[in-house]
Amino acid sequence: MNILVCVKQVPDTTEIRIDPVKKTLIRDGVPSILNTFDAFALEQALQLKDKNPANVKIVVASMGPKQAETMLRDCLAVGANSAYLITDRKFGGSDTYATSYILSKAMKKIEEEEGSFDMIFCGKQAIDGDTAQVGPELAEHLGLHQITYAINITLNEDNTTALITREVDEGKIVVEARIPVLVTFTKTDDLRFASIMNKMKSKKAEIKEINYEDLEGIDDTKIGLKGSPTRVVKSFTPDVKTDGIIIREDDPNEAFEKFAEELEKAKLY
Amino acid sequence: MFENKNFWVYIETKEDGSAKNGGLELLGQAREMVDQVDEEVIALIIGNNVDKAVEQVKKYGATSAIAVTGDVYSEYNTDVYANAVVENVKEYQPNVILISATSLGRDLGPRVAGRLATGLTADCTSLGFEVDKKEVQWTRPAFGGNLMATIICADHRPQMGTVRPGVFERKEYEISPNFEVITKDIDFPQEKILSRIVEVIVDEDADNVDLEGAEIIVSGGRGLGKPENFKLIEELAEVLGGTVGSSRAAVDAGWISHAHQVGQTGKTVGPKLYIACGISGQIQHLAGMSGSDVIIAINKDENAPIFTVADYGIVGDLFTVVPKLTERIKKKKNL
Ligand SMILES: Cc1cc2nc3c(=O)[nH]c(=O)nc-3n(C[C@H](O)[C@H](O)[C@H](O)COP(=O)(O)OP(=O)(O)OC[C@H]3O[C@@H](n4cnc5c(N)ncnc54)[C@H](O)[C@@H]3O)c2cc1C
Ligand SMILES: Nc1ncnc2c1ncn2[C@@H]1O[C@H](COP(=O)(O)O)[C@@H](O)[C@H]1O
Repeated sequence: MNILVCVKQVPDTTEIRIDPVKKTLIRDGVPSILNTFDAFALEQALQLKDKNPANVKIVVASMGPKQAETMLRDCLAVGANSAYLITDRKFGGSDTYATSYILSKAMKKIEEEEGSFDMIFCGKQAIDGDTAQVGPELAEHLGLHQITYAINITLNEDNTTALITREVDEGKIVVEARIPVLVTFTKTDDLRFASIMNKMKSKKAEIKEINYEDLEGIDDTKIGLKGSPTRVVKSFTPDVKTDGIIIREDDPNEAFEKFAEELEKAKLY
Repeated sequence: MFENKNFWVYIETKEDGSAKNGGLELLGQAREMVDQVDEEVIALIIGNNVDKAVEQVKKYGATSAIAVTGDVYSEYNTDVYANAVVENVKEYQPNVILISATSLGRDLGPRVAGRLATGLTADCTSLGFEVDKKEVQWTRPAFGGNLMATIICADHRPQMGTVRPGVFERKEYEISPNFEVITKDIDFPQEKILSRIVEVIVDEDADNVDLEGAEIIVSGGRGLGKPENFKLIEELAEVLGGTVGSSRAAVDAGWISHAHQVGQTGKTVGPKLYIACGISGQIQHLAGMSGSDVIIAINKDENAPIFTVADYGIVGDLFTVVPKLTERIKKKKNL
């Protein structure tokens, strides 16, 4: 069982604040992390490997700048077998369509080295863009079927099908999916930590690089800013409320009276 | 210039064949844009029983409908449904396709956009329209709601977007005199269906809890301390005629079902009034509710981020504030 996990390095959006005066994002000091949902996807792959260590191989791949190597090393430290960084100036500015196209080409290349993949795991969405589109679009480019919003996966005995629990608006759905398949994950149990030993080892591990030149037959009209059907024409910070009426009183009764008075004034009930 | 014409709205249906609100809301929004260029709003409905939905789309602004029916559509499967959408798009060449950003919509949308090699903007919260170019300006939150971006799809057609349910209101229109339903019978070979549903664990609440359509939501978080205390939230919701929501921490603790969860991995809501009790207001929670018209926060920590989005707030113990508020409202309403 050969599993590719697509991972992205993202700013920790829980740490991002808006500069109230300049109305821009304060990104200084915001740490870069492995996208939360990709950590879930990796964890699910690792659990399959735990059950059958000899027969499950996990490859992680990320498209991004050189600095994403750190994150890839972290993935190796928790148990991924090998890591690939897909990086080139030509790939910059790609939207989800272009990103998924490049990933699909890169996957073919990685398969030359690692053998063909039985399953591809993605996070449900990247927490910087929040689009949740790369997974399904990658599946489309690869001609694979997709199962989204997974929270759990188990394999049948001969590894030809997987039982996948999905969490959707209506509740939970268990599907039986034929392998190969692309799965996107939304949530899982607790994540594991790397041992100090493995952390040290991963520092020296090789991160294989894939550049534009390595992707034979790649269509230039489908990559980068130029190859992206969508274009951001404007970005702005949402209005933050500075005029909220917040009641702070030491005496709880007094506080409540004031609070209720405000709500009544505003005719909220 | 493109030859592509008309706005399509994908209509998702419920078990009983009636349309979900998200799609109906988008019909009205599409109608406003389309009326400026004299084109049509076409509802695309896929399912094995679509009659109820057809009657609904007529009322809420569609000028025509395309219905794809057949046994193969009795349960949702990405490949089967994507094929049906793409076949129709190839035949009729729409200019725009709007899809409600439900879990189904966000599964189907990217698959279709990928196959049509066009742009898709995810989870939009407002739409603009440039009449000359017949170009939609899609605005959506990113970075967990910290940044808004306006996106266009200039050189590819159709232009596609998923739009959060609840951001637009349903609007009734006079039934179009030329309303027609084109019925399509598009087959999909069984052997190409690669996954099947083996079990549906319906969240009992999922059908009954309509957070997206709610006008008033009262939500509880970890501050409630234990599951029994959700009663306080229920009582307040009841006197207000509202729906009960929750943070993920409360769901993960098993105090309440996932159907109630508001936020990035739960529902995105846009009620007239949202009351957050014992919820800190982490960005993932705010992502799902900051679009509410009026937000009230009850929290004992004055530095809780929920106060940065609140119109009204009280720094205090929810165990005193909430019951008192319920009593006050009861009295006021003579309940
Ligand atoms: C990828 C990802 C996705 C996520 N998706 C979601 C999502 O969809 N929805 C969501 O909600 N969260 C989501 N989260 C989790 C989110 O980050 C927070 O952990 C969660 O919202 C916290 O819930 P809470 O506010 O109830 O709990 P806490 O953060 O623990 O806050 C409890 C609050 O209650 C207050 N309190 C305690 N006792 C009282 C009292 N007696 N009276 C008044 N106030 C009191 C405290 O001051 C505190 O502010 C997600 C996280 C991640 C990483
Ligand atoms: N640059 C990237 N490199 C590798 N995987 C990615 C990249 N961008 C997105 N993905 C994968 O696609 C998922 C969805 O991303 P998105 O559509 O951007 O929200 C992520 O959780 C990743 O698994």
